[in-house]
Amino acid sequence: MSTRVTFATAARVLTQLRRDPRTVALLLLVPCVLVVLLKEIFAEEPEVFQKIGGPLLGLFPFISMFLVTSITMLRERVSGTLERLMTLPLHKLDILLGYAIAFALFAAVQVTLVSVVAFGLLDLRVAGPKWAVVLLAIGNALLGMSLGLFVSAFATTEFQAVQFMPALVFPQLLLCGLFVARADMAEWLQVVSALLPLTYAYDALAKVAAGGPYGARFVADVAITVGATVLLLVLAAGTLRRRTP
Amino acid sequence: MEGLRVVRGGKVALDAISLEVMPGIVTGLLGPSGGGKSTLMRATVGVQRVDAGRVTVLGRPAGSPELRSRVGYRTQAPSVYNDLSVRENVHYFGRVLGVTEAAVGEAIETVGLGDDADRIAGRLSGGQLARVALAMALLGEPEVLVLDEPTVGLDPLLRRDLWDTFHAIADRGATLLVSSHVMDEADRCDELLLLREGRIIATGTPDELRRRTGADDLDSVFLRLVEGDA
Repeated sequence: MSTRVTFATAARVLTQLRRDPRTVALLLLVPCVLVVLLKEIFAEEPEVFQKIGGPLLGLFPFISMFLVTSITMLRERVSGTLERLMTLPLHKLDILLGYAIAFALFAAVQVTLVSVVAFGLLDLRVAGPKWAVVLLAIGNALLGMSLGLFVSAFATTEFQAVQFMPALVFPQLLLCGLFVARADMAEWLQVVSALLPLTYAYDALAKVAAGGPYGARFVADVAITVGATVLLLVLAAGTLRRRTP
Repeated sequence: MEGLRVVRGGKVALDAISLEVMPGIVTGLLGPSGGGKSTLMRATVGVQRVDAGRVTVLGRPAGSPELRSRVGYRTQAPSVYNDLSVRENVHYFGRVLGVTEAAVGEAIETVGLGDDADRIAGRLSGGQLARVALAMALLGEPEVLVLDEPTVGLDPLLRRDLWDTFHAIADRGATLLVSSHVMDEADRCDELLLLREGRIIATGTPDELRRRTGADDLDSVFLRLVEGDA
């Protein structure tokens, strides 16, 4: 492990992002537009916007970082730069943590911007502290990133990588409790939901939005989200092979 | 290399390869495309899964962690970040290897890209891109340089300069293994390995091979060796 290599990798990933201003603009503006749309479609039922707005704020980075990372990593695998990196004196974790730092920083900007819009302009209110929503959102960005890093190993083209989004992200969004409370789901769906990391990420956000309670359940939510992120990073490290057939 | 055997995609890519590459000279790995040159180079840097045999580099098994800062490698297709500039590409590898900014600039100059250092790699020509990858392989003064077709598509002047650079690096005591499918580059090597269909069909200096086969140019040398081999 080397902090020099980790930070060099983070700087490299951010420079690559900067070279693609259109992607950056989309990543920053689309969540803002969506949150405005959400406010407008529930103009007649403002309580719905107030209820799901806060948690949704924290889930955007999960989705966008999943997509960006899986494509970036896939490119790295396909273009041969990953194989080339593997012949250099670096630790696999240097690459993964470099990615993590870069995307956490980017997610922080993304969440801050959409928070300013939602809290400042759209009068969204959460009962808990707003910084907790931002912090959880960055955590979710890292969760999405780890998932993206891991699944990039199972795609050989960008088309496939994009399809992992409806395959792996949408079911998690549907089952996490955002649209229907988990208690109201069929029992087998509750079981599936309990196995998906986003369920816990959502639950933590919903608790902050509702102003608590911050008991053992909340701690478990955060711990499971962090744990799933670390587990996925370890699995992703396992897919970075130094020797290939 | 001792008894190296590699099977790729159900086909034997390399079989019964035993050879030694000497330091202080440029060894050329020559042969037709698809003959196993790249696989042999991948085995040398330790990214190729091998099915039998042993590859030892600087006294250690190929791919050992201690070797990673001592072996420079240039893949056949230039492994370059297309969205970064020439300098940013070389700089990133330089940071990983822990070399100075001066060394980064020097590597860029050596491959003749000084004037294009700030251009985005994706907008460069194929030959320029090949040189970016070469600059990245030269970083950190590696003791062993494995270069897979480093001069493909380059103009003759630049090719000559690069071969001079390779010899200068060899004179420093480094071990160079350079592949090419163009026979006219063979004469620039001190020692040759001719590889065809996964097997070494001849080794020796260009002059030795000419004497042995009685051919004048190396293309004919190769033809005679293949026909004698068949």
